[in-house]
Amino acid sequence: MKPRFVMAIDQGTTSTRSILFDHGGQLVAVAQLEHHQYFPKPGWLEHDAEEIWRNVDKVVNRVLGDVGATATDIAAVGIANQRETIVIWERKTGKPVRRAIVWQDTRTDAMVEEMLRAPGAEQIPQLSGLPLSSYFSAPKLRWMLDETPGLRERAQRGEVLFGTMESWLIWNLTGGPDGGAHVTDVTNASRTMLMNIRTLEWDSHLLDFFGIPEAILPEIRGSLETYGTGRGPLQGVPIAAALGDQQAALFGQTCFSAGEAKCTYGTGSFLLLNTGTELVASTHGLLTTVAYQIAGEPAHYALEGSIAITGSLVQWFRDGLGLIGSAAEIETLARTVDDNGGCYIVPAFYGLFAPHWRPEARGVIAGLTSYITKGHLARAVLESTGWQTREVLDAMNADSSLRLKALKVDGGMTSDNLLMQFVADVLDVPVVRPMVAETVSLGAGYAAGLAVGYWSDLEGLRRNWHLAAEWLPEMDEERRESEFRNWTYAVQLTLDWTSKVGNATTRVKSR
Amino acid sequence: MPGSIQSIERAAAILRLLAAAPGPLRLTEISSSVQLSRGTAHGILRTLNDVGFVDQDRVTGKYLLGAGLAALGGGLVDPNELRARSMNWADPLAARTGEAVRVVVPEGGDARVVHYVFRPDHSAQKADVGAVLPGHATALGKVLLAFHPVAVQDVLTFYTARTLITRSALTAELTRIRRQGWAVERGEHQMDMAGIAAPLTGLGGLVVGAIGIHGAVDRLLDPAGVPRPRLLALVQECARAVGRELTTLRTQV
Ligand SMILES: Nc1ncnc2c1ncn2[C@@H]1O[C@H](COP(=O)(O)OP(=O)(O)OP(=O)(O)O)[C@@H](O)[C@H]1O
Repeated sequence: MKPRFVMAIDQGTTSTRSILFDHGGQLVAVAQLEHHQYFPKPGWLEHDAEEIWRNVDKVVNRVLGDVGATATDIAAVGIANQRETIVIWERKTGKPVRRAIVWQDTRTDAMVEEMLRAPGAEQIPQLSGLPLSSYFSAPKLRWMLDETPGLRERAQRGEVLFGTMESWLIWNLTGGPDGGAHVTDVTNASRTMLMNIRTLEWDSHLLDFFGIPEAILPEIRGSLETYGTGRGPLQGVPIAAALGDQQAALFGQTCFSAGEAKCTYGTGSFLLLNTGTELVASTHGLLTTVAYQIAGEPAHYALEGSIAITGSLVQWFRDGLGLIGSAAEIETLARTVDDNGGCYIVPAFYGLFAPHWRPEARGVIAGLTSYITKGHLARAVLESTGWQTREVLDAMNADSSLRLKALKVDGGMTSDNLLMQFVADVLDVPVVRPMVAETVSLGAGYAAGLAVGYWSDLEGLRRNWHLAAEWLPEMDEERRESEFRNWTYAVQLTLDWTSKVGNATTRVKSR
Repeated sequence: MPGSIQSIERAAAILRLLAAAPGPLRLTEISSSVQLSRGTAHGILRTLNDVGFVDQDRVTGKYLLGAGLAALGGGLVDPNELRARSMNWADPLAARTGEAVRVVVPEGGDARVVHYVFRPDHSAQKADVGAVLPGHATALGKVLLAFHPVAVQDVLTFYTARTLITRSALTAELTRIRRQGWAVERGEHQMDMAGIAAPLTGLGGLVVGAIGIHGAVDRLLDPAGVPRPRLLALVQECARAVGRELTTLRTQV
């Protein structure tokens, strides 16, 4: 009997899901479980890796049960995971040595500040494709090795293993202490800050700089490649793909070729542009990252611009200001007026990120007059997401000669028609939303299915991509550019705020 | 200035009476309290019951304030909220049926489109979000009319030979829709187009909108004009899923 489905395991920041897709790329069944968020200190965020593995096991069983499927019905398993989060576990027992440090965790901020002044720091962006920041795995790994008694020695003796989430899951899925494969996929490895973005191997300069013993690291493998086969309910099923979640969304949106881009609009937003097999080093504040690699073929690269505050500004408007009862009502409120009334909101809550990278900036509401109503504010909130996208796209255009034909979008904010129209207007490209909203899981499923031949080629998958909605640019050029100038002035107002008023940073952080 | 409308004054008096009463009231208690004939009071109560301001206990036949009153302050539903709540269900409906999907809210006796999902066949299409569909001539509109006793226009506009243009034909159709829980459109708006729609039911059983598919008559209906069972089942299943979504707390979005 031919396998009916591919399975995606989407290991996210708040929950873990298992999803079955059929040959048409349609979602057949889904099971989901949340895991605990541990906040041991302000700014710290940890996960229990064992709990996450147990949840994977449960959602896999549950989703198979839902459709009465067994291992023989599953062609392959693909993993998409929260990126940069780190786990260290014992090779013999499979027990994590302590809780996983999550990507959002800021405990290494001060350490990274010092590292920035250390010799060799200036080479890091060029080697890794990333700016030196506490966001990525290497400083977290360094911290864990330093702060866990005896761990560095155990690492050197090869008793413990390091991995990002997909490594942890692949190792467990393929047998754990009983022969589990200790591997990482290249897209996840590209977020550790330890991999050379050109050779796609662990880089000795980076390992030295961060003081990481090589013995602890997994083997870097392609994103579409069979790492091993499953046990238990997935007995014999190839574990055939792994991708970081944003790369998975890029894949799920079928952005397989140079010049194709997607933006995921959620709490924060992530714009990724496939630059093909050519590596584009950003000089405009973007990250260079691996998009995907089919085993044995050259890697595809991407430029990535992350926007910290988009949906969370809407949440602030709802919870902080109480001007709306639910996120979607912001569109209703915004439609009570025809324009922003000259008002701009720059949500630099924790500084400005891509492409500015100005941590000392703080947000502003610019252009306030007595004319401004809550409707204008609602518009300014939505428009800020559009302008931030524009800034990132401008940076991409400056870094690369690829020109976007359309922006593929997904995420919770895409239900906002006013916002999506505005994005199309200010980018001056069509914005298109696919029919399957679960692009992260779909990407993992596609990758796994391709790796084992469940789907034969990328073009076949493109035919599965169906347009659910489309927004075409309507704003006239003059208005677009004058509004963008105003936004840019507003951004200028945010800069240096904390260097002028002092300790506002600590006020924000201690909230 | 038009004079005050007597039946509204009477309805208001009955609502105040019910609000002040310690428990549900019998028809005779109500009619004698507000000094109306039983027939008049019954007519008003029935209308109030239709619009959801008054409920009637099925066992005792007594009257009490309806759940629709409580929801009044917030309007029926925020149209953008309805889109956000239905998006994740409307997409699979389009994917599985292979047809375009619309979500509508009532506007007078008509239906305003708040969400549109393209038909998944790679053809060029245009979403008509914001458009108003005629209540009596579309599946979506008829669902809303059936579950929202609003005043239907005096003149029922003629679109095709199939449009229901007599009040009696429409009334019979709406009764059927209420009974079966879904509506079908057989070329009544555009000759070659059909539709299948079901109500979106929010808190307190109030129908706040409708969801449906539309497309070529021969794809949606069998030669006898009956909706293809698989498509109808998918529409109904989707409407129920959105309904469940609508009755969970707002703050969870
Ligand atoms: N109609 C809307 N208009 C504007 N913003 C919205 C709308 N609907 C949701 N949002 C915002 O989108 C965000 C939720 O999107 P999404 O569900 O994709 O969130 P996420 O937490 O980033 O993703 P996930 O939980 O899947 O990892 C919230 O911040 C919310 O404020």
